[in-house]
Amino acid sequence: MSEISINHDEVDIVIGALQLDLTSFMEEWKPVFSLFHLIIVQDPDLKGKLEIPAGFNYDLYTKSDIDGVVGLSSNAISFSGYSCRYFGYLMSHKKYIIAIDDDCIPAKDSAGNFVDAVAQHITNLSTPATPFFFNTLYDPFCKGTDFVRGYPFSLRSGVDCGLSCGLWLNLADLDAPTQALKPELRNTRYVDAVLTVPSRTMMPVSGINIAFNRELVGPALLPAFRLAKEGNLRWETVEDIWTGMCVKVVCDHLRLGVKSGLPYVWRKERGNAIESLKKEWEGVKLMEDIVPFFQSLRLSTSAATAEDCVSEIAAVVKEKLAPTNPVFARAAENMLEWVKLWKRVRTQ
Amino acid sequence: MTAPVIPVAPPLKDELDIVIPTIRNLDFLEMWRPFFQPYHLIIVQDGDPTKIIKVPEGFDYELYNRNDINRILGPKASCISFKDSACRCFGFMISKKKYIYTIDDDCFVAKDPTGKDINALQQHIHNLLTPSTPFFFNTLYDPYREGADFVRGYPFSMREGVPTAISHGLWLNIPDYDAPTQLVKPRERNTRYVDAVMTIPKRTIFPMCGMNLGFDRELIGPAMYFGLMGDGQPIGRYDDMWAGWCAKVICDHLSLGVKTGLPYIWHSKASNPFVNLKKEYKGIYWQEEIIPFFQSVTFSKESTTVQKCYIELSKMVKEKLSPVDPYFQKLADAMLTWIEAWEELNSPAKSAPAANADTKKK
Repeated sequence: MSEISINHDEVDIVIGALQLDLTSFMEEWKPVFSLFHLIIVQDPDLKGKLEIPAGFNYDLYTKSDIDGVVGLSSNAISFSGYSCRYFGYLMSHKKYIIAIDDDCIPAKDSAGNFVDAVAQHITNLSTPATPFFFNTLYDPFCKGTDFVRGYPFSLRSGVDCGLSCGLWLNLADLDAPTQALKPELRNTRYVDAVLTVPSRTMMPVSGINIAFNRELVGPALLPAFRLAKEGNLRWETVEDIWTGMCVKVVCDHLRLGVKSGLPYVWRKERGNAIESLKKEWEGVKLMEDIVPFFQSLRLSTSAATAEDCVSEIAAVVKEKLAPTNPVFARAAENMLEWVKLWKRVRTQ
Repeated sequence: MTAPVIPVAPPLKDELDIVIPTIRNLDFLEMWRPFFQPYHLIIVQDGDPTKIIKVPEGFDYELYNRNDINRILGPKASCISFKDSACRCFGFMISKKKYIYTIDDDCFVAKDPTGKDINALQQHIHNLLTPSTPFFFNTLYDPYREGADFVRGYPFSMREGVPTAISHGLWLNIPDYDAPTQLVKPRERNTRYVDAVMTIPKRTIFPMCGMNLGFDRELIGPAMYFGLMGDGQPIGRYDDMWAGWCAKVICDHLSLGVKTGLPYIWHSKASNPFVNLKKEYKGIYWQEEIIPFFQSVTFSKESTTVQKCYIELSKMVKEKLSPVDPYFQKLADAMLTWIEAWEELNSPAKSAPAANADTKKK
């Protein structure tokens, strides 16, 4: 659990609302969420008024707010579905952002204690990461542990952590084919560790339960990669996986860390893997090209900020991947639009 | 598409040797009896060869002391450390089995969070018999474990994995800290049971600990040389780490996997931190040069076997690390001697175990 004191003024919790009734979701998280400022963004495709219980300090953004900021041109980025949360990132002025899908509730650890996912994410983000050498006892900054014999002393101060990726009990973030083949498979294993994902090692970053340092990597968390048949279940998307790879490349280049592991959230049952399978094959196939691309991506030394990095990545996507599939061309355009939007909103 | 759950079938009884270096006694084997008794042991006795090491009744073993090592290897025995547990690698060399498990004589059976005794050997076998995934990190850790799988976004073309060469276990109670950390935190104990096995990604090196370690001798054996330590050497407690760095860069080159995590053993003895500091002192400075060296190692495409990689590595060590200290010249030579000795003992002509070792059948 968190050993550090949290400055609540430094944190925004961003909730992308893909369902109208947020009552049970927010009541479950109340012990934690009620202490922080929330940014709630309603999926612009979701018609109706959101039900939000009392007792929370929040700002709500809907389609009209999004249209007002982004504009209505055909080039405008789409914030539909899961991408609505990125609008929340755009609106935030805080140092740390935490985002949790609205079908997740707090988990319990192996001792049965309520897991404060927000506190754990903030601990992850505010303690150093160690991407240049693997520590076999995992996060050395955790209480009760340290660097092991053989860990170079010059690397023990670590680097800033840019991204914290949490995990999921119950319905894990498996793809549709895997879940369809193993319909009973549920994640019951609570792995009590946080570790830094090494530099130059790529991973699939799930958007279900993440947090990041907006000041360091904010522009790299972007709505760019939309499948033709993207839907409102994670099985029907890979947008967060694309974004996560961008963030990892940016962090590796800027010598920032990415942590993975705790905290867990409990992911509720939703949807049908077999039904989603019909829509999600495209995403699964595209990963075959996306992963090798990101694994070999190297940015120039002149890319000194997250914005620079994103622009450079977009240029390479346009050059190397766009010719193979229009979805990549669109992603590159979205990335460049996003950087412009990010800069415009910052200067207003 | 599925991650097959491979049951641990016949537990490799005739394919695995347990290598134990010792200088004092083997009383710890009593606790391990339920898990180790079916297996053949190779005991490497360090220190005074006239001392009699008593092996508990009922174990099938061969035992080698310094005299045996000198006799078997002749002049090549110079590559095997004396007065240091690094001598255990002689056991790796002399073994005829496919798999090795090595454990220190102050390591006991740990309990998992439910209170059940952990069969560390069985977990290592499972780790070694299931593939590794070094090319892309799976956020749910080892996808081949029961109850786990590959996460969304993991390319299907990478889901077959690669063969696992090394299984690196961890320790509850006394953690594997260096001397400065031990001095600053004498009371710290590792009480956190992390229920995970994971593959260490390609191009990532790590500090390997030899206390609780399994490996596939046929895949990586020749790289598991524990260096020149102990008596007459300027450094100690860097044996396993040296082997780990060499083995990892070779595994990366040959697309083999290295896993770390479960199983835990219970490490009971904290060695004297002042003694440790003297042994490690130079290493603490040298590792600042050693790590960047290993991080930049690349092999030529002609290095297609472990032995060829290791020989090439020894030349790189000689060239790049000798400026740090003349010790590395000796070490590079010893690496070559090790490979020569390995080839001699493990060539197809040599199928019988060495004669006159102290052996005992059940």
